[in-house]
Amino acid sequence: MNLLDIRNLSVTYGTDTAAVRGVDLTVEAGRKLGIAGESGCGKSTLALALLRLLPASARLSGQILLDGEDVLTMKWGRLRAVRWAGASIVFQGAMHSLNAVHRIGDQIAEPLLVHRQATPPAARRRVGELLEHVGLPTARADAYPHELSGGQRQRVMIAMALACDPRLIVADEPTTALDVMIQAQILRLIEQLVSEQNIALVMISHDLAVLADTCDRLAVMYAGRIVEEGPARAVYDAAQHPYGRALSAAFPRIGDPASRRAPRGLPGDPPDPAALPSGCTFHPRCPVALEVCASEDPPLAEAAPGHRSACVLTTGSRP
Amino acid sequence: MTTASASAGAVVERSGTATAYPRYLAGKLGGAAVSLFAVLVTSFFLFRIIPGDPVKAMTQGVPTSAEQLATLRRQFGLDLPLWQQFTDYCAKALTGDLGMSYQFRAPVGELVAQKLPATLLLTGVAVVIYSALGLWLGTRSAWRHGGLGDRLNTGIALTLWSVPSFWLGLLLIIVFSVGIGPVPGMFPTGGMESGDETGLAYVIDVAHHMVLPVLTLVAVGYAQTLLVMRASLLDEMGGDYLTTARAKGLRDDLVRRRHAVPNALLPTITMIFINLGHVAAGSILVETVFSWPGLGGLFYQALSVPDLPLVQGLFVVFAGAMILMNLLADLLYPLLDPRVGR
Ligand SMILES: Nc1ncnc2c1ncn2[C@@H]1O[C@H](COP(=O)(O)OP(=O)(O)OP(=O)(O)O)[C@@H](O)[C@H]1O
Ligand code: SF4
Ligand SMILES: [Mg+2]
Repeated sequence: MNLLDIRNLSVTYGTDTAAVRGVDLTVEAGRKLGIAGESGCGKSTLALALLRLLPASARLSGQILLDGEDVLTMKWGRLRAVRWAGASIVFQGAMHSLNAVHRIGDQIAEPLLVHRQATPPAARRRVGELLEHVGLPTARADAYPHELSGGQRQRVMIAMALACDPRLIVADEPTTALDVMIQAQILRLIEQLVSEQNIALVMISHDLAVLADTCDRLAVMYAGRIVEEGPARAVYDAAQHPYGRALSAAFPRIGDPASRRAPRGLPGDPPDPAALPSGCTFHPRCPVALEVCASEDPPLAEAAPGHRSACVLTTGSRP
Repeated sequence: MTTASASAGAVVERSGTATAYPRYLAGKLGGAAVSLFAVLVTSFFLFRIIPGDPVKAMTQGVPTSAEQLATLRRQFGLDLPLWQQFTDYCAKALTGDLGMSYQFRAPVGELVAQKLPATLLLTGVAVVIYSALGLWLGTRSAWRHGGLGDRLNTGIALTLWSVPSFWLGLLLIIVFSVGIGPVPGMFPTGGMESGDETGLAYVIDVAHHMVLPVLTLVAVGYAQTLLVMRASLLDEMGGDYLTTARAKGLRDDLVRRRHAVPNALLPTITMIFINLGHVAAGSILVETVFSWPGLGGLFYQALSVPDLPLVQGLFVVFAGAMILMNLLADLLYPLLDPRVGR
């Protein structure tokens, strides 16, 4: 059984902002899945949906099976128990994701006290251990977030995510706000820790090169959909979908911030989720679009062994 | 506030040094001293340019000869050059000597000391109650903002806020002191004590006298705290750290109490201390309506003469209380917000 099994997940904000549209993804225990896509394609929405953390204005449908249990239909009590202990999240931008008025040691200890009913001294010992794991001195437990550098804060977030030995960690652009050298350190740290402890990882980034380096499998997201999914190297080196190709061409080198918003060689802006183009949502920007693309929306289908793509050119449904 | 991207490049930690708090402290104390000096200057010159001869005002209605007026002038130092009056005034004020009241023929300091406890008791209790009430209701309102409870809450608070306090006080006196229809007169119409109680009975008697004036002050006063707390909690509610707290599996009330409220309190606390600063001035209207023997009533009496040294002294006392409370807020703030003064 897959550890995480997302089935036909859709998320709509308000009445018309379709941020995630019919996503199917699976992650096996201990494996690493990367999700890439431009800003606004729905990556964070997908990540937050996994633990039902979206604002009340978001309506969800489909299934999110975590260890066989559907997160979307769980009772509140069960959901709280699953949060952090079953799956934890490393958020984008640790400055704002940590509480400025609490010591970082207390923030790391909090899930231990909630989920493990740990005694304060036991929690304190565990916090020391966790800080060591992420390469921070134990004494930093008494520091406040503003006393740490960006990289150190992200290490704190990682220590916090590991606190309850979850089976899955979701990392939503864990290195976006950091400079390139620190980015590489943090990525290596995450990769090493999840591998050592056999934790499954869903890593979200706009940077395909980073993901190809870290993950077993890669999914490419466009306008709320998965348009390509397959083994990491195959998606990066031999993308099937025209958007996947544009994305991998855009990131020849890890952590190039200039290509964040406009992948190289790809004119135009990503579509507004409230007013999506007809047919294949990529067709207004697609360099190889056919006439049918404006009316036909190709499903995600096998294009090579274990490698799926949603394009009329790869699914063989070409007229 | 530093943004994540701005601080991202820093590899070295920028923890505060051990000398940061003393320096912060010295800065705030210096600021308070400057403010106090400004108050003295203002009070001195403000009251010198008010037209009207204070000695004439003092002797109004009493036939006084020119020599007697001159003697009085000399007695109050009004014949000296202005700058000398000013230096004398400052030197005395700093030793707690705020001059003699024309009206009561008693030192202003003594009069203030007599009336201060009653005012501190009444307004102090009221401010503590309405701050707590405002914080509590403001928190509830923001957490379920837009709902019926929120709209009811803010609607009632705003309505009460716009009610004149003397009018509400009189209304309460009519209903609960005099009694109306089936409602018997339950509370005294005014004053602070009945005069013949001692010990515990005295405490209960004073509390009994306080009910209506406190109720009046709370009713017209809590809206401000409510609205500030509501606004600052609403600001916090989009915060990513709350998503983190929820993701950790905390119950909703813990997310609110442990994470959202401590952050939202920071802007509110300054305002609560400003309100505490107003405590000394009391409420002239409410003290007058309830014949409360406090500074507000004294100020009213001083103004109606006008009793220049008393008005001036009270002005300094009221402003000094504001400065003191602001200073306390500044000193307390670093304990609540680790980003300040460390
Ligand atoms: N609370 C919200 N209410 C309404 N629309 C929202 C909300 N949050 C996100 N959206 C919209 O949903 C879409 C997807 O947003 P999301 O944050 O998931 O993108 P993302 O892929 O994580 O982008 P980024 O790379 O910038 O983080 C965007 O168009 C965004 O404007
Ligand atoms: S379906 Fe058409 S428009 Fe869409 S990616 Fe394929 S070729 Fe381009
Ligand atoms: Mg995002």
